[in-house]
Amino acid sequence: MSRPLLEFNEKGIFCSAGNFYIDPWRPVKYAVITHAHSDHAKWGHQKYLAHKLSHEVLKYRLGNIDLEIIDYNEPIHINGVTISLHPAGHIIGSAQIRVEYKGEVWVVSGDYKVEDDGISTPFEPVKCHSFISECTFGMPVYKWRPQQEIFDGINNWWRLNVEEGKTTVIVGYSLGKAQRILQGLDLSIGNVYTHGVIENTNEALRRDGVKLNPTQRATFESNKDEMRKGLIICPPSSVGTPWMRKFYPYSFGYCSGWMALRGAKRRRAADRGFVLSDHADWGGLVQSIKATGCETVYLTHGYTASFSRYLCDIGYDAHEAHTLYGGDEISELDENPVKLVNEYGEIIEPVDDAEKNSADKEIIILEKPSKIGLTDSEKAIALKKAKRMGGAL
Amino acid sequence: MKAFANLFSALDETNKTNEKVRVLKEYFVTVPDEDKIQTLALFTGRKPKRQINSTLVKSWAMELSNIPAWLFEESYHVVGDLGETIALLLPQSEETQNKSLSEWIAEINSLIFLNEQEKKAWLISSWLSMEQQERFVFNKILTGSFRVGVSQSLVIKALADLSGLETSVLTHRIMGNWDPKSFNYQSLVQKEDGSEDISRPYPFYLAYPIQDTSDQQKSSEQIKESLGDPLNWQAEWKWDGIRAQAIQRNGQIFIWSRGEDLATDKFPELHPFLLELPAGTVLDGEAICFADNCPLPFNILQTRIGRKNLTKKILTDSPMAFIAYDCIEHEGNDIRDLPLSRRRAILEKLHQSSSFKDVFRLSPVVSFSSWDDLYKLRLRSRDEFAEGFMLKKLDSPYLVGRKRGAWWKWKVDPLSIDAVMIYAQKGHGRRADLYTDYTFAIWDQDKLVPFAKAYSGLTDKEINQVNFFVKRNTLEKFGPVRTVKPQLVFEIGFEGINKSTRHKSGVALRFPRILRWRQDKKIEEADTIETLKEFLK
Repeated sequence: MSRPLLEFNEKGIFCSAGNFYIDPWRPVKYAVITHAHSDHAKWGHQKYLAHKLSHEVLKYRLGNIDLEIIDYNEPIHINGVTISLHPAGHIIGSAQIRVEYKGEVWVVSGDYKVEDDGISTPFEPVKCHSFISECTFGMPVYKWRPQQEIFDGINNWWRLNVEEGKTTVIVGYSLGKAQRILQGLDLSIGNVYTHGVIENTNEALRRDGVKLNPTQRATFESNKDEMRKGLIICPPSSVGTPWMRKFYPYSFGYCSGWMALRGAKRRRAADRGFVLSDHADWGGLVQSIKATGCETVYLTHGYTASFSRYLCDIGYDAHEAHTLYGGDEISELDENPVKLVNEYGEIIEPVDDAEKNSADKEIIILEKPSKIGLTDSEKAIALKKAKRMGGAL
Repeated sequence: MKAFANLFSALDETNKTNEKVRVLKEYFVTVPDEDKIQTLALFTGRKPKRQINSTLVKSWAMELSNIPAWLFEESYHVVGDLGETIALLLPQSEETQNKSLSEWIAEINSLIFLNEQEKKAWLISSWLSMEQQERFVFNKILTGSFRVGVSQSLVIKALADLSGLETSVLTHRIMGNWDPKSFNYQSLVQKEDGSEDISRPYPFYLAYPIQDTSDQQKSSEQIKESLGDPLNWQAEWKWDGIRAQAIQRNGQIFIWSRGEDLATDKFPELHPFLLELPAGTVLDGEAICFADNCPLPFNILQTRIGRKNLTKKILTDSPMAFIAYDCIEHEGNDIRDLPLSRRRAILEKLHQSSSFKDVFRLSPVVSFSSWDDLYKLRLRSRDEFAEGFMLKKLDSPYLVGRKRGAWWKWKVDPLSIDAVMIYAQKGHGRRADLYTDYTFAIWDQDKLVPFAKAYSGLTDKEINQVNFFVKRNTLEKFGPVRTVKPQLVFEIGFEGINKSTRHKSGVALRFPRILRWRQDKKIEEADTIETLKEFLK
């Protein structure tokens, strides 16, 4: 049997015919990146290819990398292999990667969702023979409601907090969820403030030409009375920090697909849990896989075992793929920006122990960020880069 | 029902006591009285009788949600709660209705007259008329698994605020044998107690532990510091049976367990002594197996509690006695306000005139002159078949519920052993998507033998770390159970140990739990089966 077009090895998803990797987790020569989240876009590759709307965000997150950008549906050719990017609807600039070689087509979904969120280019199914799909929420208990319903809930809660004199604090992943929430808010209620990490991300997106609602950096100098009527968007890592406590009294809400289950919601000890996810729900996954017309499916992230069994039941040749994305149920809250950033979004000079960063992140409530992917040499590169970048942003 | 479903979500959304009471009050003033009583019944564990067993509920839900049985089961493992799983898996409803909580409960109760096909039709059309949150609370009520994250005391607090009655009065009024059909809200909140229920027990007075955890043992000096002069205190052994209230009124007898279950029929041995007591007597004490003047271990009592029929063999193997430690009603009068010393005198008198002293036993008062004496005696608790001491202030009234100050329990330190985690399973409820239930093993030669399951005792942070470890170190999956690489060592505490033929290790532990994660230990340093068997002697 000939070698498959794409295969999983210890560095990532590898295309031997084209000699490139997709979302590799160890340093490689040529990395095609589905989107800028830290478990997909890692440091240390020699060359990167990504969608043009990821340009500024990738530079902000990874520093001065050698990055080539292309648009959706704009094929490029490497050693006879055709690569093209197609909208994944996950976050701004997220792409599925289509790989074609001698008439055989594979698609790597990256992370995706089916609902049009109004800011990411909507997901488009791509015909293929083999589909490598995520299935973070690949259980039938996960069914999303239309986002407008969720936004109505968020806005009503915000209004209630204004009446009760409490600041509204909402937690969501800094790239993707934060902007999606921002665009869904009713700005007649009050101002929107952002945590530094989110504001930096917003700025990077605005540099790429993305239109976002107006935001202000939340600082201790911000007008307290104004803030009481306002809403602060912050990343999961800020929950429970002294920074967040400064805004007391507040009511604090979590936005995540995991909020669909009562147990997860209660464990978060948030005042409110909003079921809002940038991943496809069960119905979305099944529908998308059917739409590709594929025969073979490889599954990454989440409930890979159950979901592949189900797909086999309905006639697919489905497999669990063993990746180092972080095993099952690694969450979308699992944010692991490798740079040290303070609450104003300024880069802090790293201390000599890069582990300290992950220690800081232990307040992420759902799950510790995956420690994989940083070898000692990577750490050294990371530290050097962070030092070089110091104050540059 | 919508109001009740909303109440349930609102209670879920806050962990602040005052906020919960506020939400409850808002609910109580907006719903009709029948719903108030139904709510109170549900919140105090008075669930409607289960009319459809959960296997049927499950299979009809599977059918309606149109997914294979195995996927339904796996969904259940992910969610951790059957009612919630069903609510999430059913197709979206197209209709609505506005039936109240009491109307739904009346329908559930009348299912008894329907055959299986009719029940099925009723259930499916009911589901299809509800939203997700309604379905969830409905399923919980229907399957008899209704539990809320709110304590009875908060509900009582809300009702006390609304009615102007004392919480202790309300707590007493809602004790005992009532059901929402025969009880009404107006008589609950009227000034004078209108109840004629002669079976009604008093709320139990419960003690706090004087040592917060077994990790923080207190010295006799520290005990002295918190309790003062030993002369003001009475010490009794803490018995390992079932806390019970024994009632004799008008020649009728009732035995209530702490869970507010009427257990009169479970303990026929206690009937003669109770019938002999003067009418209008209520005793607080411990129902416990007793033979040859010695209390028997709890596991013997446990084997008979679950039985529907008490055979001759059971009655011979596990004879019951009642160790009385308080008298709270005497000659028909509520004497809970008298000081303990006076109540004790009354109790001793009752005991003296009893002709059933083998069964009606007094909890002996342990004499001691210093806390140091007692500290030393406590180390011998296990020899006395006790779990430690109860310390009660001599001038204390009999209070309602768990209160600090006048009664304390001073338990003996748990036995402990270092063991290796070998299996992990996801928890339920709040921990439904985390690996929190572990099986532990100890060394038998060069093999690790499982001997205990435990799921409490770690901090949330530790649980996250162990959860992370489990996912990264799974060797095999058997349904919901994962075999993990033997690497983590924990100190397991337990209250007692017995031989067992049902367990691979040959022993069964009583109340095992995790005391500490021994990150300093390697698996080679875990204990052996021989060490564990030493405890049996």
